[in-house]
Amino acid sequence: MAMDHVFIRQEMVEARQPPRGTDGPIAWLRRSLFASPSDALLTILGLLFLLWAIPPIYNFLIGHAVMPGGTVEECRAEGAGACWAYIYARFNFFIYGFYPIDQYWRPNIVFIMGAALIIPLLIPSAPFKRINALLFFVVFPVVTFYLLNGGVFGMRHVPTEQWGGLLVTLIISLVGIICSIPIGILLALGRQSKLPIIKTLSVMFIELWRAVPLITVLFMASIMLPLFMPTGTTVDKLLRALVGVTLFSSAYLAETVRGGLQALPRGQYEAGASLGLGYWKRTYFIILPQALKHVIPGIVNNFIALFKDTSLVSIVGIFDLLNTVQSASSDINWSSPTQAVTGYVFAAAVFWIFCFAMSRYSLWMERRLDTGHKR
Amino acid sequence: MAVQDNIGSSAPRTSLLNDPVVRGILYQIIVGGLVVAFFYWIIVNTAQNLAAQNKTTGFDFLFRTAGFDISFTLFPWSRTSFYWQAFLAGLLNTLLVAVIGIFFATLLGFALGIARLSSNWLIARVATVYIETIRNIPLLLQLFFWYFAVLKAMPAVRASFELPLEIFINQRGLMVPRPMPDAEFTWVLVAIVLSLIAAIAVGIWATRVRTATGRYPPRVVQAAKIADAVVSFLVAALAFSLLAQYVPALANASPLIWAAAVIVAAASLSRFAPYARAIVAFALTFVILATLLRAMFPVWHTAAIDIGAAIAGVVMGWILLEGTRNRPPSEGRFPIALLILIAAGIPALVYIVTGAQLAFEVPVLERFNFKGGVQLPPELVALVFGLTVYTAAFIAENVRGGIRSVNKGQTEAAQSLGLKEGDRLRLVIVPQAMRVIVPPLTSQYLNLTKNSSLGAAIGYPELVNVFTGTTLNQTGKAIEVIALTMAVYLTFSLLTSAFMNWYNGRVAMVER
Repeated sequence: MAMDHVFIRQEMVEARQPPRGTDGPIAWLRRSLFASPSDALLTILGLLFLLWAIPPIYNFLIGHAVMPGGTVEECRAEGAGACWAYIYARFNFFIYGFYPIDQYWRPNIVFIMGAALIIPLLIPSAPFKRINALLFFVVFPVVTFYLLNGGVFGMRHVPTEQWGGLLVTLIISLVGIICSIPIGILLALGRQSKLPIIKTLSVMFIELWRAVPLITVLFMASIMLPLFMPTGTTVDKLLRALVGVTLFSSAYLAETVRGGLQALPRGQYEAGASLGLGYWKRTYFIILPQALKHVIPGIVNNFIALFKDTSLVSIVGIFDLLNTVQSASSDINWSSPTQAVTGYVFAAAVFWIFCFAMSRYSLWMERRLDTGHKR
Repeated sequence: MAVQDNIGSSAPRTSLLNDPVVRGILYQIIVGGLVVAFFYWIIVNTAQNLAAQNKTTGFDFLFRTAGFDISFTLFPWSRTSFYWQAFLAGLLNTLLVAVIGIFFATLLGFALGIARLSSNWLIARVATVYIETIRNIPLLLQLFFWYFAVLKAMPAVRASFELPLEIFINQRGLMVPRPMPDAEFTWVLVAIVLSLIAAIAVGIWATRVRTATGRYPPRVVQAAKIADAVVSFLVAALAFSLLAQYVPALANASPLIWAAAVIVAAASLSRFAPYARAIVAFALTFVILATLLRAMFPVWHTAAIDIGAAIAGVVMGWILLEGTRNRPPSEGRFPIALLILIAAGIPALVYIVTGAQLAFEVPVLERFNFKGGVQLPPELVALVFGLTVYTAAFIAENVRGGIRSVNKGQTEAAQSLGLKEGDRLRLVIVPQAMRVIVPPLTSQYLNLTKNSSLGAAIGYPELVNVFTGTTLNQTGKAIEVIALTMAVYLTFSLLTSAFMNWYNGRVAMVER
């Protein structure tokens, strides 16, 4: 008799409204700005802070700023913001330093060549990787040296004292990067080695350079290097700084590469050995490609640190970007209350663009490489 | 068996050069020989160069008179001081900057790291912008900015900015009051140390008894209740008398303030404790916000500022009410008020009983300069500020990584055990996050110490400036001076890694 009481719904259930307030701008506000009373308080405080901080910054950088083409008098006026006219007027000095003006085409070719070589190198799908890398890491530095230094093919000799600005910053970072990669890899391998003397030497080298600040390394390079050389040899000032920066950076790079070597499973080493490959073949064909791939983000981070650290060469008297900006800030023709600040903001912006681009690239690379390890 | 013998006997005889062991030894001899030859070459060259320049080697120069001025030293310095004293002065100045910088960078870095993980979109964004901006700009540039563009552009002495607490800032740096303790004040310092030890001892004892019996000792619970009331009374009195600055009606009615404080203290012993706390919190937040807003927006009408502060204060009071509503004053609560009372109350009592005086010598503007107080040179201020701002960005990333590394399941497990928010953080999340945070944090501390050498570029007399700079220039003892400088930094580095190894050994995850 229970069978008699059967209930069968005759009509469709009316569709219910979707839950309200889970989507749309108001829901987003509630979720991410006013989720709880303490969140609301933080939001209010944060808004107040922005309200306090942003208008003066905007006014300084854009609102009351003197744009390129303006005059010194405008920059000296009461309440004037950043003096972009000054940056515009001294722009060439910031980029090339004291490089002779009629020879600017030489650094320009270097800039164009560098960009043309490095961009395809950074795009994973671009063809001819091997040739490209060879051109960038071997041919490009040599060509750059002769092009900038001159003395061949009828080009005027330009001593390194006249190089400067962003040009020198880029040269030091590129040379530092290119030279520290092989040294760093060798040191990392040495540190992993089972041979006691090689291991000890590597560890000592790495720990010594990593322990001291770069500025003492630069002092040491600029003061001691001439002492170490045979009597009568003179070492170029820029070269001394390059040696210091390279040794310093290779110690840091070695530790990054060591991380990659340690991350490799033992099986890879054993597999290589079981194929009958010797140490160098095994390292070159099996270990390093995998280890380096692991630590590309770390290596890029090393490069970012190196790029920022190149600014320290200004302390030993080399005219890199920071030093040109610093020295131009006492330029009487443009002396105005905001001259120094504008120069620093400009230099900071240049450094920031390079470093931020590199860090984004490393993040992108990390994500790209990560897919290879997903199971 | 036979097969194996066969293999063994028929193994091909190879050249000795292909034997890995022999090869390894050979490689090492070659590399070692090259390194020795390299150093020999350098030493010979150096000796020749030094001989050509008629220079001698040795550390005897350390005991000669330095004859130069150092703009800022922690001990009395004169031109007749020795070079080793210059070394010490530089070292102490480096350490001073490192200690102050580490303290502030840790505070700011933890705050930023937590802020970047905040579910609050705005706060997280602000922290992200800070971190991404600061860490992509060279530290030296930032130091130049703070020194040349900010501190050197400060008003002249006559027009100094006045900060709260009699602190002045101008082109010549930061002038802060100098504490002038008298002889009796030594007893207060002794009392502070002893009462801190006593508070920690009581805390450990109480926790131990609770672990054994499940309850805090009854005497501690009684004392904690009284301490609760006393602390509530003091905080309430403070909050209300501060409030009196903003509410004119209160200013002329000091008995009212004391009465209110007594009521709050009494309420803290009853079930109305959360309400009492919320009221005190409201008063304090209101005062803090109003002060802050008036400093930030001086042009706005003060009434508008006060209204804004009042609204925020109400929100804050409400939060605390929410947070404390379901928590009766149980015996299980850690007797934190008691410990605070022991640690702060005993020194205060000693201070009153002995009649000790802690006067402050306030910097006073005289005709040309400030007289009295402690004058911190602009180089020091810029260096500490720059290092703090820069290192905090890196510490923040370490903190974020550390907190992110703790599995969400740990939070959920702790919740399912019924741990409260505070206990969950204190007992489950933070210890695990610290394991990841501390090693990179110590390297950041080391980095900060090493980066303080950039003070040389803005003229702060730290080790590199005084020793590798001036001393080396005057004596020409390049090898000795640079060796000593490197030895100092190497020592810092070794101490740091020793600490890290010890810490890692202590907290390492015990794996199966």
